[in-house]
Amino acid sequence: MEDILNLRYALDTFYFLVSGALVMWMAAGFAMLESGLVRAKNTAEILTKNVALFAIACIMYMVMGYNIMYPADGNGFIPAFDFAFMFGGDNAAADVLAQDPAAWYDGSYYSGMSDFFFQVVFVATAMSIVSGAVAERMKLWAFLLFAVVMTGFIYPMQGYWKWGGGFLDAANFQDFAGSGVVHLCGATAALAGVLLLGARKGKYTADGRINAIPGANLPMATLGTFILWLGWFGFNGGSELVLSNVDEANAVAAVFVNTNMAAAGGVVAALITARILFGKADLTMALNGALAGLVAITAEPLAPTPLWATIVGAIGGVIVVFSIIGLDKLKLDDPVGAISVHGVVGMWGLLAVPMSNGDATFGAQIYGLVVILAWTFVASFITWLVIKAVMGIRVSEEEEYEGCDVSECGLEAYPEFTGAKGSGR
Amino acid sequence: MKLVAAIIKPFKLDDVREALSEIGVTGITVTEVKGFGRQKGHTELYRGAEYVVDFLPKIKVEVAVDDGQVDAVIESISGAAKTGKIGDGKIFVYELAQAVRIRTGESGSEAL
Repeated sequence: MEDILNLRYALDTFYFLVSGALVMWMAAGFAMLESGLVRAKNTAEILTKNVALFAIACIMYMVMGYNIMYPADGNGFIPAFDFAFMFGGDNAAADVLAQDPAAWYDGSYYSGMSDFFFQVVFVATAMSIVSGAVAERMKLWAFLLFAVVMTGFIYPMQGYWKWGGGFLDAANFQDFAGSGVVHLCGATAALAGVLLLGARKGKYTADGRINAIPGANLPMATLGTFILWLGWFGFNGGSELVLSNVDEANAVAAVFVNTNMAAAGGVVAALITARILFGKADLTMALNGALAGLVAITAEPLAPTPLWATIVGAIGGVIVVFSIIGLDKLKLDDPVGAISVHGVVGMWGLLAVPMSNGDATFGAQIYGLVVILAWTFVASFITWLVIKAVMGIRVSEEEEYEGCDVSECGLEAYPEFTGAKGSGR
Repeated sequence: MKLVAAIIKPFKLDDVREALSEIGVTGITVTEVKGFGRQKGHTELYRGAEYVVDFLPKIKVEVAVDDGQVDAVIESISGAAKTGKIGDGKIFVYELAQAVRIRTGESGSEAL
């Protein structure tokens, strides 16, 4: 029996680690997607943001975020948190193996370290949603300062309310892998930032015209989307939290299939919608469609049939196209469509849960949606306001024209094409 | 001496280069440019926002030749670069005051 328990523990721990590694890879996906959709003169800066925010997220979550989100105790609204995690520690083998095998999965059935590892990559994902929406005109260091607050406090608090066993969980709010806790949260923080930041210069004209600002590298944007798609198998698949028996293995497999089908549905729906609206196939809409499908299914990737998962994703794909156009009409400049993909479709994902999961209710879903939205928006808005007052959040007009690469990073992403390096090659 | 500059469609570059070497032209400089002529631009959509495409990618081919070769060069380039459709391009002929081969210091016609 002890051999089996050892094996189960090891397998489920391994599963957390591999899933976490897949979600970590999504950071590369975001980096490629965003750098492909901005202009060449802003590419190095957004890459710097992506690398740095990932590192900051890991550190802040280790220092305090993880303990806020998964405290030893709490009253449901305020976690009784400490700063214990960064000092290490894990389950002792003797304690683990002494647990009652009949109640194995109610106890410690995987490494505590692997739990942190799996969770920390989620907060990084939420934070990286913000970088795309504020691209091409936000100060690098202002953004990183916001990242410190978002990953150390804002995200963990609402994460506690649902996944940490807080009041949203008690209210039967369902969010399997984070359409709300991760995607809506990230998009709302982005929205607060975009409102205070303003649009890129030249994006909207006074007479109501919307100008196109095409991205510099569509191959990278596409690569980024595929990387995110792959990483999402860890994002949703790992959120099943168990692998080591027949039922759970089947559940994980279903989650993988549904995740994939939703992405596929999203691509096709977005592509067709763009074709109908614009007359041609817009690759960037197709890419956003894939991600929209993935976000849509993230709240409930287990319960649906593969067919229904495809439909949920497809509806996300249609929504995202209209949302992107709609945000532009509202003069909310979002260079990569992050608010639409993760926020608007994140809300659809949450509301779709009761359609396949009988335990969920629309009331609880709306409740959770509103709480996450309100908390994140208010907390983020205040944080952005403070940062704006202290150091400003927007680069100067001249820096914006010159490009953030030169003004914020002192280097260029494509020096030989743009020629600043000189013709020396 | 004259400098013959031809603005042509990018995919015609190889044909023009071959045609020029057939009539004995030994040096050529190529630049990527954008331009338009008498045609108005058209609009495309990027994520639902319209943008005007009026500058089209072209290639500028420059050759320095003796006065006597100019007509042959013009005819050669025209023949190779022509498709009969809008956007085939134009050829301009400039007076060339001086030419120097850097390696040897030769100047004038010997430098061409």
